[in-house]
Amino acid sequence: MSDPTPILARFPVIVHDTATDAFIVPVAQALEVATWLRDDPAQAFDYASNVTGIDYLPLEKKLKVKQPDGTEVETVSNRPGYFEVVYHLYSMQRKAGPLILKQRTEGRENPLVASLTPVYRGAEFQEREIFDLFGICFKGHPDLRRILMWDEFEDFPMRKDYISPDDYEYEPTPHDSVLAEARKHYSK
Amino acid sequence: MNPASTLPESPVLPPRDYQVYSGDDLATNVLEVAMGPQHPSTHGVFRMDVSLDGETVVKLKPVFGYLHRNHEKIAENVTYLSSMPYTDRLDYFCSMTNNWAYAMTVEKLTGIAVPERAEYIRVIMAELTRLQNHASLVGFFVNDLGASGTPLLYAMREREHILDLFEWASGARMMCNYFRFGGCRNDLPPGWLQQCRKVVDAFPAFMDEFEKLLTENEIIISRTQKVGILPRPLAINAGITGPMLRASGVDYDIRKVDNYGIYNRFNFRVPLGEVGDCYDRFMLRLLEMHESVSILKQALDSIPEGPVIGDVKARNFRPKVGEAYGRIEAPKGELGFFLVSDGSPKPYRYRVRPPSLINLTVLEDMCLGHKIADAVIILGSVDIVLGEVDR
Amino acid sequence: MLGKGIINGLTVTAWNFFGSYFSKSRLTTVQYPEGGNTVTAFSRNIPFLVFDDANAPIDSLRCVACKICEKECPPQCIYIVQDKDANGKLIKSPKIFDIDISVCMGCQICVEVCPFESIKMDSHFELAGRDRFADLLLHREQLAKSNDYYHKIHPAEAREVDDRLAAKQKKAGPA
Repeated sequence: MSDPTPILARFPVIVHDTATDAFIVPVAQALEVATWLRDDPAQAFDYASNVTGIDYLPLEKKLKVKQPDGTEVETVSNRPGYFEVVYHLYSMQRKAGPLILKQRTEGRENPLVASLTPVYRGAEFQEREIFDLFGICFKGHPDLRRILMWDEFEDFPMRKDYISPDDYEYEPTPHDSVLAEARKHYSK
Repeated sequence: MNPASTLPESPVLPPRDYQVYSGDDLATNVLEVAMGPQHPSTHGVFRMDVSLDGETVVKLKPVFGYLHRNHEKIAENVTYLSSMPYTDRLDYFCSMTNNWAYAMTVEKLTGIAVPERAEYIRVIMAELTRLQNHASLVGFFVNDLGASGTPLLYAMREREHILDLFEWASGARMMCNYFRFGGCRNDLPPGWLQQCRKVVDAFPAFMDEFEKLLTENEIIISRTQKVGILPRPLAINAGITGPMLRASGVDYDIRKVDNYGIYNRFNFRVPLGEVGDCYDRFMLRLLEMHESVSILKQALDSIPEGPVIGDVKARNFRPKVGEAYGRIEAPKGELGFFLVSDGSPKPYRYRVRPPSLINLTVLEDMCLGHKIADAVIILGSVDIVLGEVDR
Repeated sequence: MLGKGIINGLTVTAWNFFGSYFSKSRLTTVQYPEGGNTVTAFSRNIPFLVFDDANAPIDSLRCVACKICEKECPPQCIYIVQDKDANGKLIKSPKIFDIDISVCMGCQICVEVCPFESIKMDSHFELAGRDRFADLLLHREQLAKSNDYYHKIHPAEAREVDDRLAAKQKKAGPA
């Protein structure tokens, strides 16, 4: 959508993922990149439309690779888990299409990324929501607290490994996982 | 024996950290009011923690999450098609446009083509939705001013005609579940277009009556002009979209910018405000209703015959791996859906970009310095629906 | 003139108020149930199962217990158990077909995915009960309604369904 060349020329640390047309920015430079994208007259991306958090669990893929001598060797490719924060930026001035910025955390323990709220005020509530539902901390956010869940809530619901609490309620038409829960309670 | 001596000693509370304003030699405290979730004027279960100096707002923090139904997590556990009825319930006034945004995102993700008749039907439904949303919003706004429901009921009366059309086409008045990936669920019944034409032709008469009732009204003018001014640079930076942004003078209508659907075939203007106060937002919605009527007339004139759904299989729908962000100009602002697919029948990540939530970012900025009664009006002019804010 | 806007507004309200005595289009409400039970031929509320023969309602249910609607239902409010014949072999009929209508959101996806035209949307909505769970859990017997009833509530749709079923019969008949 956007021409990546000037951005990559200005910030060589950015990786451009052509599959999703996204710019993966290291956390340390994220604020600088965002400020330049907003203030540079040729870019003028002044509107942060959407801020999303994505949870990628560690993935282990077993691949069977055919060797030149005919045998098959099984390799295991390990992709460690991480969180990703995706920003969709638009330019209201130039009426230009989406620029996708991504910040990735180092692993899934104590995730920390840079907050772009000082640059784009529109990210304020959305980053709070990502903190609330995923547990990703945003360094530099003016008011980082829970927004949708109540303040005393623990754990982070949108994570892929979230286990919902056992607050069983009578279910008239149970099936699948709910049926298993119902059977457990009836057998008590 | 003195019974009072057996009572436990009451604890000494530390002094509250109140600022004392002593402009006129009267010691005053700041009053903290929770305009709580149960309130007739907060447009749903929405709370504002307001700090007041007398009647002037000095701090305002919006608190929501009372209607959080975990829509995004549910969507990760059901198939793509099964999420469609849940999107109806996001912004429950405008189920057709919610459906369209979701269908458009899935079509972007998978590359499904939409037949022409379905595109026209989508535009007609979306503009009808915009009409009924703006009409009821103006009604609720004037209700917040204290008009005791009369203009609201007039707006609701006209809205019923549009809801009858929705029921005729899709089976349900509000939770329509009408759009599918690649088109619409079923074709319009015979006679629908004529009835729609009748409703659209009768609408300008209602609009004239409504405007005569409201726009020159001195009470409305004095209570809404210069109240809740949103400056242009703040609006752009805070991610405000929709009528609130255009009332501040920014020419950004996604129907014109993205040209999604077949909007580039219709002639319509985008009204802009000058000052960015509540009166501008209110007038802008009335003007947008006029433009919607014009689009509807053009669409009804030129809708072709043909199939209404492309070649998509309903069950075992597996999009290829990828991401897509689709957005439309919903009546409240930019409604966007972000989908991440990993090739399975259920989405890996499903995200709704709610316009009402983002538009609430500047609520505090707009309300500071005004009276508490103005805070209610400013909230009314932001046009929030809690189903969308909380999902 | 100051006050002109308010006076204009008052004329509009007066026009609507006095006009409502003469013209129904000025009324903002209707009396329920005398004034309008506005169920149209296209409304949908909760599903029902269609049977063809009034003398044997449960045996002539079109449902074959394929469980597709149970799988596709978004809030998962359908519960189906397939029936077995005298020898214990599975037959194409549901022994249990429960719909929890307190959960059902009337989205119509079960109707869309059913390959046998056996579940359709009912438009009856006056369904209050006294018990929170038992009255709102509809069983097979309560859900089974005749094809004639289907013709009564959705005539055009029922005719189309009958045509489709007849065409399928014709294709399968001579074979």
